[in-house]
Amino acid sequence: MEQLYGIFVYAVFLLTMGGIYAVLTLGLNIQWGFTGLFNAGVAGFFAIGAYTTAFLTTAPSARHFGGFELPAGAGMVAAMVASALIAWGVARICIRLRSDYLAIATLGIAEIFRLVLKNETWATNGARGVSLIPKPFEHLPEPWNQVAMLLLVFAIVLVLYGLLERARRAPWGRVMSAIRENEAAARAAGKNVDKLRIEAFILGAAIMGLGGALMAHHIKFIDPNMAEPVSATFLVWVMLVIGGSANNRGAILGALLVWTIWSTTEIITTRLPTEWALKAAYLRIFLVGLALQLILQRYPGGIFRERRLRTSTTASNRGGGSHP
Amino acid sequence: MDTNPDRTVSGAAAPPILAVEALTRSFGGLTAVDRCSFRVDAGRITGIIGPNGAGKTTIFNMVAGALPPSSGRILFDGDDVSSLPTHELFHRGIVRTFQIPHEFGRLTVLENLMVVPTSQPGERLWRVWTSPARVRRREREVWERAEDTLRFLTLWDLRDELATNLSGGQKKLLELGRAMMTEPRLVLLDEPGAGVNPTLLVKLRDMIRQLNQRRGYTFVIIEHDMDLIASLCERVIVLAEGSVLTEGTMDAVRRDPRVIDAYLGGGGEGGAAHGG
Repeated sequence: MEQLYGIFVYAVFLLTMGGIYAVLTLGLNIQWGFTGLFNAGVAGFFAIGAYTTAFLTTAPSARHFGGFELPAGAGMVAAMVASALIAWGVARICIRLRSDYLAIATLGIAEIFRLVLKNETWATNGARGVSLIPKPFEHLPEPWNQVAMLLLVFAIVLVLYGLLERARRAPWGRVMSAIRENEAAARAAGKNVDKLRIEAFILGAAIMGLGGALMAHHIKFIDPNMAEPVSATFLVWVMLVIGGSANNRGAILGALLVWTIWSTTEIITTRLPTEWALKAAYLRIFLVGLALQLILQRYPGGIFRERRLRTSTTASNRGGGSHP
Repeated sequence: MDTNPDRTVSGAAAPPILAVEALTRSFGGLTAVDRCSFRVDAGRITGIIGPNGAGKTTIFNMVAGALPPSSGRILFDGDDVSSLPTHELFHRGIVRTFQIPHEFGRLTVLENLMVVPTSQPGERLWRVWTSPARVRRREREVWERAEDTLRFLTLWDLRDELATNLSGGQKKLLELGRAMMTEPRLVLLDEPGAGVNPTLLVKLRDMIRQLNQRRGYTFVIIEHDMDLIASLCERVIVLAEGSVLTEGTMDAVRRDPRVIDAYLGGGGEGGAAHGG
């Protein structure tokens, strides 16, 4: 019985983390999947969101900046706003870069953020991080506080999914995909490509900021290591590519799937003897890479492919939204 | 300048819809377009011919706002539009097609056209989420226009196909279709006939003519197919080495020894390239 309970709590924790990664993946899907923006700095926006809410919602502390004891909801909204503002600044500088250069620039900017967070000890408590971040529903008894958090995360994923699906099927999604497919032709079709790309970049970054804020509240702790390129950027990219780029359902499925693989392999590696455990940490990265290879061999466009408007299915309501 | 200021074919009163004045563009040490000047009359089909490297596409790129001129002016309908961005020129009515088709590959053929029209409330995220009825209404209009266009282009049966799967010729038709999705005042066609099979080429020619006569589109066409130019254009501008060599009717231009010279690189060993 006790063991079953343990598995239940573990499953709730696993799904909550998977849901938070789904938020991050949905954000990246707007940028890469819809619009073709190669953002290799997911971790940066994740960190901005996490630290913003951490500063705003914790109790005052001598160790770090902030401590305004705001409610978690306000922290999450502020996290989205902060990420959006910084994304606007980043986009102003590098949105016109070709995709590979955009990747280099965003990766570099995210690393700058991480190093600032690590070294500006007076504000961020450096590598020791910010702790005692309040978690929604933590006053509820175990395990209901965990279950409530899971439900909150899934409600957020569901709302985002609904909004982004509508955006994707609307002319908005169509024009973003047109930019992804052929920038010159989109310009020749009268589209203000730079403005639209900036819009997609900001929206995606705001959602990544929300993901970071959720993570901070869920773990109750944030440090610069959580914004490492491998655990934040790389993993989110793998999730999107495996699940299916440009498909919102694919983004969510990919996040849950890859997080489950990533997380359950950790159970095995932590039980190995110490000298092996250290090496096994790298084996996990290898295993995720292998999974990526195998899945892309079988499903080149990811598990769920991109779907486009087909008139045969919309013949009865012509033009009534591009439902695939 | 070789541009003939006292040309009075269509009544001297009508100002040209497009006037290019001493337009110049250099790339490093190479001057691709060199103080080039010409005018285009509204409602007509004007051809631009010239050997490879004469600067034809570079001029199109500048007129369409894809490339800023090094110097000189572009007047559209009397306004100086030099260096305006492409999307603003589009809103003023300048639409261009590409020599190598630029389709939206992983969008369907229908979507390729539905992207184009302006003032689509559904392109604003806020409207998508707050006034879906308005978005849907406009979307229906856009759909109908795209359907009409695809039927005209005889591509309606391919509407659900991803554009990347079309043949080269069909992609050329789609390029023309993009221009038809707005109210263009000047359509720049960059080698519409290149890579198009002879049967389709006849169709394409008839379509261009119909659009000019029935809808009053003004065309400027870059083309190497002299028969296509001869059958469509009353007036032809010949470019060589970045500036206007001569202009006139296709017949007059064909007989001009300087034109033959330009095409044959100054060798002058016969006019075989011109088939006439």
